[in-house]
Amino acid sequence: MQTANLLPLILVLALVAYGLAYMRSRAVAAPLGGIRNLKALPFYYAARASLWCGIPALIVLAAWVGFEGRVIQGIVLATLPPELIPTSPGQASLTLSQISNVAAGKLNPDFVPEGIAGAASLLETLRSNSATFKTVLVLLIAVLGGTFAWFRVMPQVNARVSVEATLRRIFFVCAAVAVLTTVGIVFSVILETIRFFGKVSFVDFFFGANWSPQTALRADQVGADGSFGMIPLFTGTLLISAIALLVAVPVGLLSAIYLSEYANKKVRAIAKPLLEMLSGVPTVVYGFFAALTVAPFIRDLAETIGLEASSQSALAAGLVMGIMIIPFVSSLSDDVINAVPQTLRDGSLALGATQSETMKNVIFPAALPGIMGGILLAASRAIGETMIVVMAAGLAANLTANPLETVTTVTVQIATLLVGDQEFDSAKTLAAFALGLMLFIVTLILNVIALKIVRKYREQYD
Amino acid sequence: MSINQNIPNVAEKPNEAPMTKQAAALAVEAKREDIIVEEGKTVGLPYSDNPKFKLRNVEVFYGEDRAIKDISLDIARNEVISFIGPSGCGKSTFLRCLNRMNDSIDICRVKGQLMLDDVDIYHSKRDVVELRARIGMVFQKPNPFPKSIYDNVAYGPRIHGLANRKSDLDEIVENSLRKAGLWNEVKDRLDATATGMSGGQQQRLCIARAIAVSPEVILMDEPCSALDPIATAKVEELIAEMSESYTIVIVTHSMQQAARVSHRTAYFHLGHLVEVNETDKVFTSPEHELTESYITGRFG
Repeated sequence: MQTANLLPLILVLALVAYGLAYMRSRAVAAPLGGIRNLKALPFYYAARASLWCGIPALIVLAAWVGFEGRVIQGIVLATLPPELIPTSPGQASLTLSQISNVAAGKLNPDFVPEGIAGAASLLETLRSNSATFKTVLVLLIAVLGGTFAWFRVMPQVNARVSVEATLRRIFFVCAAVAVLTTVGIVFSVILETIRFFGKVSFVDFFFGANWSPQTALRADQVGADGSFGMIPLFTGTLLISAIALLVAVPVGLLSAIYLSEYANKKVRAIAKPLLEMLSGVPTVVYGFFAALTVAPFIRDLAETIGLEASSQSALAAGLVMGIMIIPFVSSLSDDVINAVPQTLRDGSLALGATQSETMKNVIFPAALPGIMGGILLAASRAIGETMIVVMAAGLAANLTANPLETVTTVTVQIATLLVGDQEFDSAKTLAAFALGLMLFIVTLILNVIALKIVRKYREQYD
Repeated sequence: MSINQNIPNVAEKPNEAPMTKQAAALAVEAKREDIIVEEGKTVGLPYSDNPKFKLRNVEVFYGEDRAIKDISLDIARNEVISFIGPSGCGKSTFLRCLNRMNDSIDICRVKGQLMLDDVDIYHSKRDVVELRARIGMVFQKPNPFPKSIYDNVAYGPRIHGLANRKSDLDEIVENSLRKAGLWNEVKDRLDATATGMSGGQQQRLCIARAIAVSPEVILMDEPCSALDPIATAKVEELIAEMSESYTIVIVTHSMQQAARVSHRTAYFHLGHLVEVNETDKVFTSPEHELTESYITGRFG
């Protein structure tokens, strides 16, 4: 049976086990004078039965599915005639795909060597046997598990404890999946980064002021020196993020203060969702807006006051990105400002402080950790933003602090390095992983700083 | 108006049992109307020859709800007056009218004449900042700012520009803490954060903070309800000392506290000011039936 069909079947069996164990627990309890004479409620006996039925069967199924393919391949390869046994991993995968193509009927068996055709029929037999064994084994385990738990429905057995313990393990596994995924991503990026530094020197990457990742395809190619200095990319990222924060922090913070302290309920009920909608606009729309409206406007404006401006500028990208991240600052700040106890406001107002003095001297300091958290979250978002920069700031890696010039960012370069057909062992593609790792480290540091700040000041009031 | 609040009166009339529920409720309503003969008629001594506050026909509305019903009262200079009454009777609302703390509640409206030294508190051109600088307030729950002890006391003087030099400010802080009986406990840790103090110390710090701006009146909204008996005793001692230089209005749930600290006592009931009199008189021979029921513990 197919795995996809086995899963619902196990679920049905688990439900059956639940029902049967539930009825049995009530039946066991009846002569004793009711369910209060059981060690646990009927629900726990039933839940334990369905766990016993489902979990071992699922584990065996997962293991089987995980190893089935490799074991079968090993057997097939081992039974090939000596002259066909592959000598390298590349050859092995070629042979295997040939065999499975024959088995799937995509390749006529007459066109391949005798041994391959034999292996193909063996492969098919093994696969169907494996499917049968898997079905029988998994269902048997499910039924055995359920039956065992059904027999263990006894008044003196405390099912509650084991159900709680199992649930705890299930929750742990879920948490572990998230953590392990992160670790896995970081690990794979680190591996590729190490390969990158095998091709490009450390010093060139970290201190090089020139970014031009075109590597030569042929030995006689000119104009493709392949320099991988990350400095222009990070300065570009910092420049655009700084402009974005210069827009988002004052506007976001002041609008949060207005919404939480000054606006009446009606205004707040309308304005807050509208403001939060800003972060729901797709970034590609922002990019469009930045490239077609803001950037030309800035260029024209700069020209009228006699400044040289490129038609794609850091300023345009930064301004639009700033608008995009306003809700990160305003929404979080609004929440933390509202969380400051009313008694503090009353205390300050009763001393004759004005509303703005109260805001500045009492509420803002008390809400500062949360506000910082919101700002750093917005900063992480700005650093990671790609689409707006691609469309509005350009691709040229200029090392400049002039916001009217075109710059590029780390994320944009990662995207362009990996777009299209690429060979995955050239310095050009590997550079994307090195940049990704650097970016990850930078945002990680920002997050750690945010957490530290929040933790340090959290217990100030209450 | 909730009928439940009148149930204690029903208990006094068990012989009216055969009536239907609704009729009983109506009877209770009528009975209550009997007791408070007329709105705005307060028994005892509500007026004074030397008033600090002159309050006439005050009404407070929360939206459609009438929380304070036609109250007239004088609060004399340098007296301690306590407001007592069952929960929800409007005594805190009334107190918060005196320094316009109700302003920050959107749906709250205040009517009537409220005069501080013969100047209208609720005049549209009245500067609330100046008003609140003259009327200090201490709240139910100690609410020190999350700052150092020094900065808490210095907060008011700083925003009102009461000190030109650091040494002046130091002096104000020290004097205020001394008056609040806190100086000896905190003089070595003025830079420590105020939220680390005990509840009683925090409340006395709030009192020090209030008197640091040299107010003329201090409003106290159940200042001891979150404190243990020893801390309460200290605050009460402080109130007695402060009564020499300030007019003090204190809302309290503790009748013993009202009896211990105040010169006059005002009894509130469902938004009405029922009786105001010398504290001794209120607790020994109340003039009004409702006051008597309350102080003898029949409801509240």
